[in-house]
Formats: sequence, structure tokens, C-alpha cells
Amino acid sequence: MRTTAVVIGAGQAGLAMSRCLNERSIDHIVLERGEVANTWKTERWDSLRLLTPNWQSRLPGYGYEGDDPDGYRTMPETIGFLERYADVISAPVQTRTTVTSVRRVYDGYEVVTSRGTWRCEAVVIATGAFNIPNVPAVADALPNGIDTLTLNEYRNPDQLDEGGVMVVGAAASGAQIAEEIRLSGRPVTLAVGEHVRVPRDYRGRDIQWWMDVTGVLDEGYDEVDNVLRVRSLPSLQLVGSDDRRNLDLNRLTDIGVRLVGRLAGVQDGKAQFSGSLPNLCAMSDLKMNRLLDRIDEWATESSLDGEVAPPHRFEPTRVEASPPLSMDLNAIRTIVWATGYRPDYSWLDLPILDRKGRIRHDGGVVDESPGVYVMGLPFLRRRKSTLIDGAGDDARYLSAHLASYLDRTMSGSGLVVRAA
Amino acid sequence: MTIMASTVDNGVNVAALLEAREALTDMPEAARFAWRASCEWVHGTHSRSTVEGFFGLGEEQKHRTTFTFDADHPEVFASEDHGATPVELVLSGLAACLTAGIASVAQNREIQLNSVKATLEGAMDIQGILGIDPDVRNGFSGIKVTYDIDADATPAEIEAIVAQSQKRSAVYDVITNPTNVTVEVRSA
Repeated sequence: MRTTAVVIGAGQAGLAMSRCLNERSIDHIVLERGEVANTWKTERWDSLRLLTPNWQSRLPGYGYEGDDPDGYRTMPETIGFLERYADVISAPVQTRTTVTSVRRVYDGYEVVTSRGTWRCEAVVIATGAFNIPNVPAVADALPNGIDTLTLNEYRNPDQLDEGGVMVVGAAASGAQIAEEIRLSGRPVTLAVGEHVRVPRDYRGRDIQWWMDVTGVLDEGYDEVDNVLRVRSLPSLQLVGSDDRRNLDLNRLTDIGVRLVGRLAGVQDGKAQFSGSLPNLCAMSDLKMNRLLDRIDEWATESSLDGEVAPPHRFEPTRVEASPPLSMDLNAIRTIVWATGYRPDYSWLDLPILDRKGRIRHDGGVVDESPGVYVMGLPFLRRRKSTLIDGAGDDARYLSAHLASYLDRTMSGSGLVVRAA
Repeated sequence: MTIMASTVDNGVNVAALLEAREALTDMPEAARFAWRASCEWVHGTHSRSTVEGFFGLGEEQKHRTTFTFDADHPEVFASEDHGATPVELVLSGLAACLTAGIASVAQNREIQLNSVKATLEGAMDIQGILGIDPDVRNGFSGIKVTYDIDADATPAEIEAIVAQSQKRSAVYDVITNPTNVTVEVRSA
């Protein structure tokens, strides 16, 4: 089978790209291992809702049309939203098609799937950054008898035996899961590494609204001084909820979650925690306050001070004077690894990965393998690149690049198949 | 229009550090260092440590000169007090590491430091090292570091520099996280 471009993955990134390729009349197919929005459907916990408000899911040619712009989509709603989008833009999605290999051939690329092989000029990798849940190496040293769950396996507290729970990681996922397990009545210890604290609501507006209007989300990968660092930042400590509550460490302390430092080791049946908790909390508070300063300055410059609530600052993160440095794992029945994800490129037979297994790219353009593009990675082109709201700008830019690549390399060759 | 060069000078060659970071990103082997010290018993609890060579950037390296550090215990421990106690050397190492970090981070952020002073205190219940109470650890029960910093910056900027220096500090990491230590005795 032959087409001009193969898009791998039918999440927000792949669909936005499909829409942009359609607009340019570039013949393509979107290959999806499961159904549209598969990861959202099968690999996330029940209570998860988007961290961004409804209005903020703006995709090329599609946006929110409901009556609750400030609400946060549940997973079924997110899935429905992306399914409708695929429908509205008539995306040529082929579901239940697993890509098993992508390799370079003399006149382009060969994409081998569970349903046949495609030849194409360009490949867009839109499989996302959140495929394989990370499990730290210390997991190997755990004593027997402790249940462990990754982010792909955890669904809800009812899954867990009674008894103590340790949640490792305090980004959005870890904070949300620690909260709901604690509210189910179980004792919860939260091992806190680097985390990014932000309030849900500031001065009467959603933090995402502020980050949008002030341009924070639009910041480009070529504007930050260390792009590798911002690309590895944990997600914002947020939860999408009807009561718009903050989900910071103080909230977790208030409901009885015990905060400890980063899980640093397991030895003789004991978990060892880093003594760096006070500094990580201080750093996170300082960083949050810098963001709020920036918002306040912008509000004043934009003459918005009269329209929104006055500026204020949040209580610094409370850390006990001597957080425990170790804990007997006899007290722990279940451990949830909320330690992030990494992408799965096991099917990618192109020499474009760095030694840490990341695709080497320049804002989504894979220079080493012309015609290959990647989307949906953290800070791919902008801070918002992993948000649904960020897929559009990235797809617009990369589809334009892809089109000019086709024009440059294929003009006169007669190889480009364009839809009429 | 002339652009004024930054006049901030904390004596740290940040450009060279950033270049090194860039270069070592592509040469992970060269980034593998080994730090060394040797130590010789003098008399009683008095010992003398020496540092001279280390390994890094793919080859043997040498300090400009050999440095020695005397360590002993004070008279309240019935010792002769020929040098700092080893735990005081640990505190000095932590302070030196954080302070070097502060100077580097401040330089990188173009913040002029005027004075930086750290005061450290490590609390220790010596029932641990004396074997009186097995529930008391040998090491510090906690370390308190207090910085007095005069810099051309806001208090929040200064706090952020100090926080960042902890984040990048080797000795802070060594102290706050477990490290496997292997001690062996060579047969004569």
C-alpha cells in the first residue's frame, strides 16, 4: 500500500496533524493500535480528568461547544471529544493496526503494521510521551508481599488491599492518587521528588487561563535556556474537579497524607528517603511565586487589576521539622509508582534515538531522517506541546514543514500521491 | 549603540562551565570522574589525609599542589586535638560545595555577590558512636545551614540561588541520599 504520509497514533496530536495534512491535500493515513484516544481509554485511572479547562481544548477546525467552558473533562468525555473530532475532520484513521516497524527504504519509508505494509514519503510519530510507566530501579530490592501498581495498572482505591500505601512521585498523577487513596481511609505515605506547585485558581481565574494569556504556554523551545531540563519537568500539581480545589502538598498534609523525601533506596526491608524534601518544597514555592509575580505584572500592564481579584500569595509548603528518612516496609501493603512515563519506540528502526532512548529532533523535525516528524512530546515546540491545546500549533508548523519537504524532494519525481 | 558587557563578576568562569556541559553531553565517558583521597594514621586519633590526583575527562588529573588535612578529636574525647573532627570536615565539605554552587549560579544569573557566609551546625547524639544506645544513629540527626548573603538581588532571587545550589550539589546529595560504601582490607 502506498500513501504520501503515515501518521502513527490517533490521539490529539495525530488527529490535529491529519486535519492539517487534509487542508494541504496531502494524502495520508492515521494508524492507531487501538481505538481513537486509545491511551485515554485504556491506560488511565478512573477519576482522572483533564488538567485543562474545557475551553482550552482547541484543535484545528474544532473546539468546545458545550455549556461548561470552565469545567474539566472526564476520561469518557475526553474520549468522546477526540472521537467527534476524528469524525468532524474525516480523519482517515485505521484502527486496530499496530505498527511493528518503521524503516528507511530507497525512496522513502516503509511502515510495517499488523495489517499490511505501507510505503510513504513522510512519517509523523504521534504516539505520545506517556507509553511506558517508569518504575525506579529500587523496585527490585522490595521485599516480597508488597503489591505494586504502575500508572497504567492503577484504576481506583477499591483495587487495593486494606493497609498502608506508599505513593512514589508527587506530580499530578501521584498527588491525585495519594489524595483519593487517603480519602478511602488507608494510611498514605507520599514520597516527594521534584514537583511543580501551582494553584488551580488564582485571582478568580484558572491558572491555565493565566498561563495562556500571559504567553507562558506559548514559550518556544528555542527561548528557554535549557531545553532538556524543561522537557523533563514533572507535570503541574493539578486536579480537574468540580470544586476547583488546589492539590498541593499542604492539601495532602491536611487530609493526613504523610510526606517523605524522594524514595532513595530500599535496604533490609526498609525504604530510605532523601533528606532533600525541605529544599524541593522551597524550590517549588519559589517557582510558583515567580509565576504569580509574572501574572500580577501582566495583569497590571493589561489594566486587568480592576476586573480580577487582588493578588495574594499561598501558604508556603509545610514540611515537618525532621521528615522520616526511613520506613519499615512491613507497614506498607501497596506501592503505586507515579514516577512518570517514557515513550515506547521499540518498533522504530531508524537511527534517531539518543543514548537515553529519546528521539533527536529540532522542534519536532527529525533532521537526521528527512521526512520524519515527531509530535506530542513535552516542550516539543512550546510549553503547551503536550496539551490538547498545543497540538494545533505544532501540527500547523510541522505540516507546513512536511509539505515543503515533499515539494523540495519530490518535485518532478512523480512519486508524490496527492489527493484530488 | 554599544551594548554594555555584564559587569557581574563572582570569579566563576560560567562560560567555561556551560561549554563543558555542552561538550560532556555528547561525551558521557569523559564525564565519569573518580575522586580520591588517601589517609595515614599518625598517632592516637590523629590522622592526615592527602588529596592529589583524580581521574576525569578520560585521563589522570592532578591538583596544582598536594593538599593535606589533619583530623583528630578534641580534648573532651581524651584526644590531642591536632585537627578538625571528621564530622567537622564533612560540614566544611557541605558548606564549600553549596557555597561554590551559590557563586556559580549567581554568576550564571548575572547576580553580583558581595559577601556570602555560611554557618553550619550538625546535631549529634554521641550515645550512638559510643555504643550506649543502639537506637541512636552514629551520624548527624540533622544539619542546619544558615546563609548570610549580601548580593545585588531580591530576597526571593537569593533564596532561589541557594535552593538551586542545593539541587546541584554533590555533597548535599551524598549527605541526603544513601550511598553504597565498600571497605576492604588489602592483605599485606
